[in-house]
Amino acid sequence: MAERVARDIPEGAYVNLGIGLPTKISDYLPSDREVILHTENGMLGMGPAAVGDEIDQDLMNAGKIPVTELAGSSFFHHADSFAMMRGGHLDVCVLGAFQVSETGDLANWHTGAPDAIPAVGGAMDLATGAKDVYVLMELTTKTGTSKLVKELTYPVTGIGCVTRLYTDRAVFALGAEGASVIETFGDTTIDELRELTGLELKDAR
Amino acid sequence: MISKIVASTAEAVAGIQDGSSVMIGGFGVAGQPVELIDALLESSSATDLTIISNNAGNGDTGIAALLASGRVRKVICSFPRQSDSHVFDELYRAGKLELELVPQGNLAERIRAAGAGIGGFFTPTGFGTTLAEGKETRVIDGRNYVLEAPIHADVALIKAVAGDRWGNLIYRKTARNFGPIMATAAKLSIVQVDRIVELGELDPEAVVTPGIFVKRLVQIESNAAVSEGAAQ
Repeated sequence: MAERVARDIPEGAYVNLGIGLPTKISDYLPSDREVILHTENGMLGMGPAAVGDEIDQDLMNAGKIPVTELAGSSFFHHADSFAMMRGGHLDVCVLGAFQVSETGDLANWHTGAPDAIPAVGGAMDLATGAKDVYVLMELTTKTGTSKLVKELTYPVTGIGCVTRLYTDRAVFALGAEGASVIETFGDTTIDELRELTGLELKDAR
Repeated sequence: MISKIVASTAEAVAGIQDGSSVMIGGFGVAGQPVELIDALLESSSATDLTIISNNAGNGDTGIAALLASGRVRKVICSFPRQSDSHVFDELYRAGKLELELVPQGNLAERIRAAGAGIGGFFTPTGFGTTLAEGKETRVIDGRNYVLEAPIHADVALIKAVAGDRWGNLIYRKTARNFGPIMATAAKLSIVQVDRIVELGELDPEAVVTPGIFVKRLVQIESNAAVSEGAAQ
């Protein structure tokens, strides 16, 4: 899945990879392609995770994992970092999600459970800030329910913000017109996806 | 002669009043002014505090220790829940701590706005979510925005790598995070640095926080050796 997203990230793109699964995308970016990674705690030009002697407590990514700096990297304060996001300067941001609606509404910050302690971090800023917001997630929950839905049942992070959804079964384009399937994997059929999601799903393969 | 340098962390946090709002820099451990937080805990008796920071402490030290002391009434932050945020979690669940949850970019911009004398701003972040409930909204050029207010503070506790007696500061790598904006938004900005340098030693082109935003500066001797090699 991460490899599939990496293929769609073009040369020269400024990209923010959300915490968790999306961070793996950087492992699959072709070495001949210059892509500049942004981390919202204040860095452009982030390199791979730090190991051994490279570990430096002052050099972390947004997941608070020690990382390295590449030649050409820069540091900046938090307000500048989020200005890059909110101001539409980032080309792509890839996030994980609990649920995504066919029109691109995103839920990824809060389960809504009564005893859960809410934490939002940069999720809402990322959802509204980048030119393109991609979501990377398994299509179904552990119990087999579709996470691509008609309407969210989890608390919303951003409305109509997700443009593309990458899953283990298919890739979807999302928008005001609804969801269309742009690629299927393995022996997955459109009819299967329609049944699973309960959505009309245009075939745009 | 202007000198903002104080001799100890106790002197640095002197005079913080009950009921103060206190900004604390740092993102995780990077840029966290640990020694100043310890001083606030040990050398000051200020209580009924509002803490403004990205996180709400982890483990049992720093902000977590401050919360455990029972002297904090309210936390304004973006990400309180972490794997080891048990102090916050318990106090919050017991209803002993008020929480204002703010999206991270809105938190940064509200702090920046306060320091820049901006009375509020419209942001797309959070529109239509529970975190924007009750807030004024407006459509600008076809897009939905939420009105957000500035966050001022009485005190800011900040960590920088080096500073001079005028209060000019440079930071190190991602430890910069909230320091520069918090310095602008608090009436009393208190900075701990690994090294105090002579006036003129910092390249004016490289100064990140100009001294006008800083009131007190204290050197933490034990950190100097660590940053000496690393910051060159």
